[in-house]
Amino acid sequence: MKELTLPLSKSAAAELRAGDSVSLTGVILTARDCAHKRIFQILEEGKPLPFDLKNAVIYYAGPCPAKAGTASGSCGPTTSARMESFAPALLDGGLGAIIGKGEMNDAVRDALKRNGAVYFAAVGGAGALYGSAIKSSQCIAFEDLLSEAVYRLEVENFPVIVAYDAAGGSIY
Amino acid sequence: MRKINTSVIGQKIYRMALKAGVNLTPACKSALRSARENESGAAAKFALDTLIKNSEIAIKENMPVCQDTGMAVVLLEIGQDVFLEGEPLQSAVDSGVKAAYADGYFRKSVCDPITRKNTGDNTPAILHTEIVEGDKIRITFMPKGFGSENMSKLYMLKPAQGVEGIISAITQTVKDAGSRPCPPVYVGVGIGGTFDYCAFLAKKALTRDIGTFNPRGDIADIEREALKRINGLNVGCQGFHGDVTALGVACEYAPTHIAGLPVAVNIQCHCVRCVKEII
Repeated sequence: MKELTLPLSKSAAAELRAGDSVSLTGVILTARDCAHKRIFQILEEGKPLPFDLKNAVIYYAGPCPAKAGTASGSCGPTTSARMESFAPALLDGGLGAIIGKGEMNDAVRDALKRNGAVYFAAVGGAGALYGSAIKSSQCIAFEDLLSEAVYRLEVENFPVIVAYDAAGGSIY
Repeated sequence: MRKINTSVIGQKIYRMALKAGVNLTPACKSALRSARENESGAAAKFALDTLIKNSEIAIKENMPVCQDTGMAVVLLEIGQDVFLEGEPLQSAVDSGVKAAYADGYFRKSVCDPITRKNTGDNTPAILHTEIVEGDKIRITFMPKGFGSENMSKLYMLKPAQGVEGIISAITQTVKDAGSRPCPPVYVGVGIGGTFDYCAFLAKKALTRDIGTFNPRGDIADIEREALKRINGLNVGCQGFHGDVTALGVACEYAPTHIAGLPVAVNIQCHCVRCVKEII
C-alpha cells in the first residue's frame, strides 16, 4: 500500500492511478449534506469560508460522538453521489481531493481532471476502523449541525482506494 | 392474561440497541468471511479485509461498527394474551432508543423531513406491531442506515409479469444502486399484499438471518435465482467489481389482489445489525 502525506501535491496526485490502495496521513475536513448547503450559501453571498479550500481534502462523513478520552467516534464515509451538485465548484475553488464512497457523475470526474484532483473511496461501513485512525478532531464550522458540522481531523494510516484519478481513470 | 409494563420493553430495547450498534450479526460476519474466500477481485478483497478488520475493532473498542447507527426500527410481535400497562408503547420504546444512542455514543441521524432539523436523540423509532398468538412479546431491533435505504424501490408489477418479473425487479434494483448502498448488500423483498404492506414485508425479510431461505419452496427458488443473477452483475464489494455483490436475498410474501403484483425491494448494506429477544 502506497503511503501519502496530506496535503497532496499536484505532482503526487498526478502519479496516482484508479485502483491504487493508499494510506493517508495528515489533515482532512468533514462535510456532508447540510454543511455543503451552508458552504454554498456563503459562496453565493461572496463571503469568506470558515476554512481554506486551497489543496484541502474534504471527507464526506458525519461521525458518531467521541467518548471521553478518545479523538473521534465511529467515522466512515457517506454516499458521495448526494454531493455531486456541490463538488465541481469546490474543486474549481482549489479543493485538492475528496474522500467518500460510491460513484459520482461525469461533471465531478471532469472537474477532478480539470483541476488535477483525486477522488478516494474509503470503505463504506468501516466506521470503527476509520474512527480509530483519527488522532484529533476539532469542530471548525457550523457547530449547530452536530454530526453534519465541519470537523478538522488529523488522521494516520487512513486506508483508501483511488476511485477516480486526475487523468480520468475510474475504478468503477 | 399476562401483564407487562411497557417500561420493561423500553429497558430491553435499550440493551438491544447498545448491542446492535456495535455488533454485526453472527450470520453477517460469517457471510463476509465466506465472501472474502470466494472473491477474486483484488480491490474487492482489500475492501472485504477492511470490513472484517473493522468488525473486530468495533468490538474491541466498543465503538459503533458503522457511524450510520441508523433509524431505530423496532418490530414487536405481541401475544394477544398480553396486557400492556404503563406509559404509551411508542414513548417507552423511544425512551430506550434515546438512552442507548446517548450512552453508546451513537450518531443521532433523525431529522424533520422539511426543515431538516435534527431531533437530537434519534427518536422517534419506527415501530411496527403485530398481534400474534400467546402471551409473549418477541422484540426485533434493527438499526437501519440510509445509504442503503435510499436505494430501495417498490414496484407495482402486472400479474402477467410473474416470477420472472419479480426476479428482474430485484436484480435491476441492485444493479441501479451500483456502488452507492455499500455492497455486498443483503436484499429484503416483499411480494404481494398492498403497496404499504409489501414494503413492510421487505423490511421484515431483512430481519431474517443471512443464509436462511423461505420455507416455501417456490419462494426459496426466487431467492436463489435472484442471488445468482445479482452476483453475476460484477458490482462487487463497494462497487470495486468482483464476485460477491449480495450476501443474500430474503423474500416474504402475502396474498395480493387479482389485479396486482406488488414487489418491494429493501436494500441493506453489508452492516447487518439485528438483535432479537423475547419477553
